[in-house]
Amino acid sequence: MTVAADAPPASPPRDDKRWRQVDVRIRRLGARPDALIEVLHTVQEVFGYLDDDALSYVSEALGVPPSRVLGVATFYSHFVRKPQGEHTCVVCMGTACYINGAGAILNRIHDTLGIDAGGTTPDGRISLLRARCLGACSMAPAVVVDDEVHGRISPDGVQQMLEAL
Amino acid sequence: MSVLTLTIEGRDVAGQTGGTILQVARENGIHIPTLCHLQGLSDVGACRLCVVEVEGQRKLFPACVTTIDEGMKVTVNSERLAAHRRRIVELLFTERNHVCSVCVADRNCELQDLAVELGLTHFDLPLLSPQASVDATHERFGIDHNRCVLCTRCVRVCDEIEGAHTWDVMGRGTEARLITDMGTPWGDSNTCTSCGKCVQVCPTGALFEKGRSVAEARRRRPYLPYLVAHEGRTR
Amino acid sequence: MTEAGTPTPARRRRQEPLIPDGPVRASAHVCMAAGCLSMQADTVFDSLCERVTARGLTDVAVKRVGCLGLCAAGPLVAVPEKGRIYDHVAAGDEAALDGVVDGLAGGEGGRPTATDPFFSHQVKVVLEHCGRIDPERVEDYVAVGGYESLTKAVTTMSPAEVLGEVTRSGIRGRGGAGYPTGLKWTTVAKTDSPHGKYVVCNGDEGDPGAFMDRSVLESSPQQVLEGMAIAGYAVGANQGYVYVRAEYPLAVKRLTTAIRQAEHAGLLGPRIADTSFGFDVEIRIGAGAFVCGEETALIASIEGGRGTPRPRPPYPAASGLWGKPTLINNVETLASIPAIIGRGAEWYSAIGSGKSLGTKVFALAGAVVNTGLIEVPLGLTLREIVFDIGGGLPGGGKFKAVQTGGPSGGCMPESLLDMSVDYESLAQAGSIMGSGGMIVMDQGTCMVDVAKFFMDFCREESCGKCVPCRVGTTQMYRLLDRITRGLASRDELAELESLAGMVRDTSLCGLGQGSPNPVFSTLRYFRDEYMAHIDDRVCPAGVCKMEPREAAVAAGEGGR
Repeated sequence: MTVAADAPPASPPRDDKRWRQVDVRIRRLGARPDALIEVLHTVQEVFGYLDDDALSYVSEALGVPPSRVLGVATFYSHFVRKPQGEHTCVVCMGTACYINGAGAILNRIHDTLGIDAGGTTPDGRISLLRARCLGACSMAPAVVVDDEVHGRISPDGVQQMLEAL
Repeated sequence: MSVLTLTIEGRDVAGQTGGTILQVARENGIHIPTLCHLQGLSDVGACRLCVVEVEGQRKLFPACVTTIDEGMKVTVNSERLAAHRRRIVELLFTERNHVCSVCVADRNCELQDLAVELGLTHFDLPLLSPQASVDATHERFGIDHNRCVLCTRCVRVCDEIEGAHTWDVMGRGTEARLITDMGTPWGDSNTCTSCGKCVQVCPTGALFEKGRSVAEARRRRPYLPYLVAHEGRTR
Repeated sequence: MTEAGTPTPARRRRQEPLIPDGPVRASAHVCMAAGCLSMQADTVFDSLCERVTARGLTDVAVKRVGCLGLCAAGPLVAVPEKGRIYDHVAAGDEAALDGVVDGLAGGEGGRPTATDPFFSHQVKVVLEHCGRIDPERVEDYVAVGGYESLTKAVTTMSPAEVLGEVTRSGIRGRGGAGYPTGLKWTTVAKTDSPHGKYVVCNGDEGDPGAFMDRSVLESSPQQVLEGMAIAGYAVGANQGYVYVRAEYPLAVKRLTTAIRQAEHAGLLGPRIADTSFGFDVEIRIGAGAFVCGEETALIASIEGGRGTPRPRPPYPAASGLWGKPTLINNVETLASIPAIIGRGAEWYSAIGSGKSLGTKVFALAGAVVNTGLIEVPLGLTLREIVFDIGGGLPGGGKFKAVQTGGPSGGCMPESLLDMSVDYESLAQAGSIMGSGGMIVMDQGTCMVDVAKFFMDFCREESCGKCVPCRVGTTQMYRLLDRITRGLASRDELAELESLAGMVRDTSLCGLGQGSPNPVFSTLRYFRDEYMAHIDDRVCPAGVCKMEPREAAVAAGEGGR
């Protein structure tokens, strides 16, 4: 994928101070192999995504075979392996949202930004994600832009919101 | 350890407490088709070929992991089971690319044997045929993901017997793929001991030894004498 | 840069609730559940505090509460002393905000809950405290009698007596399968384990269209913790885990706060109520895998691995987390426990009907006026739920079906509207209770498309371990896709039915076994819609776009 000049560096350097946060978490969890998912959550919170360097580091720190670390990191859809855009837009595809037109919202984003679920705009500004169900069914269709839920939204509404970012 | 008595295919048989239906059936010469099972490795109950009927139960039970009970009545062969098993093999054939005529494991392949045994003569379902990759970076071995049935025998033998845990599975659903280490080429693996056990236990042509022709590709089973793949199998 | 999945940090200083020193004349309960919060309920709360202070109302309280249920009409503010709920109290809507303050000062307005069918038909056990207490203040929960049941259990009852009470209440697992809770507890209690046992709360609410557990965790987290501790006492476990979806950051935050506060107050931790019984709870956050709702997959996930299920038996009650006996109950089941212990099994079993006793929380969504969260006695009819409580379909829409049970459930047609909603009736009708999502569909919904939607879900969420689910759901999805594009033949429909039966019979876990249910139920009640797609190449609901058959052939999709 293409990363714009102003996007964060692709891989966190080993002397990056942010690793301290991860190390603290690993220590607190006793560096046990079964803390793998917890630690991956922390790494993703700190760096925004899980790259191979990070996975190798976690593998060593917890004593979990590298293939198992990658197996776990790729099993769960919450974990992402490449940097996300500056903004994220999550379109809920739960049942209520689906029958209320979530598909049309995805289509509109595809038509206007040229990205599909899982993709990031070439300028690294917006990432599009799909959720299985956000539990916001009473407000279907629901879209989450930068952690803020927007309910009963139309394709036009989403387009305006994304253009205003 | 006490002995339990049960009926399999109408025959009165006996087995030790804690034994599985599959073990007892095989001890008594009753054949149950399997694919992911390999004696000596842990069982995962994943291929579902060994499912059997237990009287009084609506559910089907995988014989490889279901322990026997006193008085249990087990049916191994029925029309329903035969149809289900045929379907499972059909699903495996349609999932990736299993053209036997160009495969290194032709005539030496458990999937092929199963198709013959279960009378699978044609596919009703379309082929999904994803374009899977081949990794030939290891100096002695290779993996052709097109032939992989995700039985995870290689993962288990590498973890449980060799203790290397080079192999694992990444992704999920039909996107699931075998990986070595951090998804790096097999030849670059830091953990692989090149012991070749994974190649020996692979039921299809997915894992192969380089430089061997089809005729030579017969697996060297005695290499792992305690893992008996075809034990109890009538061919 | 945005950090995906990070809970929203507090943006500004938090306004403290207004709680008068003297007697309270009236209080405004501002709903802070995810639905209302997404409509700036926090700003509404601040504005109400300002207005109450400005008017000099010193005997009026303003506090944050959990879900008030009627999510369709948020932001919601309740004034319980007056039995009224104010809906659509939007931030910045001066008239609406003043209306609430007028109500607090003695005026009229709002919806009377006693006569509004949405509220009056409900019986609240699990949701008893939702919308009444501040979920982030343990004092609030204690003030309404919270932790009294735990104290009662550990100081006056033996574990066997607790088991007996739960068994006699007749409660069944609220997560989907409806296994008798008392039986499950008794099995775990009976299993000897010198090295400990575990209680796991399954909050991996993955069914699309279900948000009951989220609301309970966000609105009354202490209730769930109390239920877990009582379960721990009954089965002999001292450690609990709550497994919550990463998609529910607010629930995670409130649960974290709740655990900290309960430990600080001595309600959890060592020596509860000065007895020798201790109980600790930790949170485990899921990472987006529906299959982790299956109990053996959930265990694999808590142990830090890929969430793939394993064959049962052995059941987790015998060999679960780290091989130890483990009790796994869903959020709603555990949230029912304090009331059962507090008021007794007889009180609980008097609610409900037949073999389905007690209440059930449902998440009403889709084409229905009152979308939101409701709790009703089991045994009400679908019609009562959808039309009386739900208020029917909006805009005069015509009812077509109601979907229950998520991806393992089914679609009930109009002819079944008078069916009683209980475990047995739903199973007989080809659906399941499931976790409690109820999606109402109108005539504009295509039932083949719905079946395809769920199959797509199962296909993507299949862990890939067993062959029937991994490949079978993919093949079924392809067949459904061809039907919705007008490309399928009658033979392919027969193929779909045969494949569906095989996947149901042979899959390893509930995800695979249940995946054909939406197909079976739509074929059972809406077969004519399938036939219209196949024979006439028409989508009666006007949802599916038919493609010329030649185009598919040209594109190399022979199909067969």
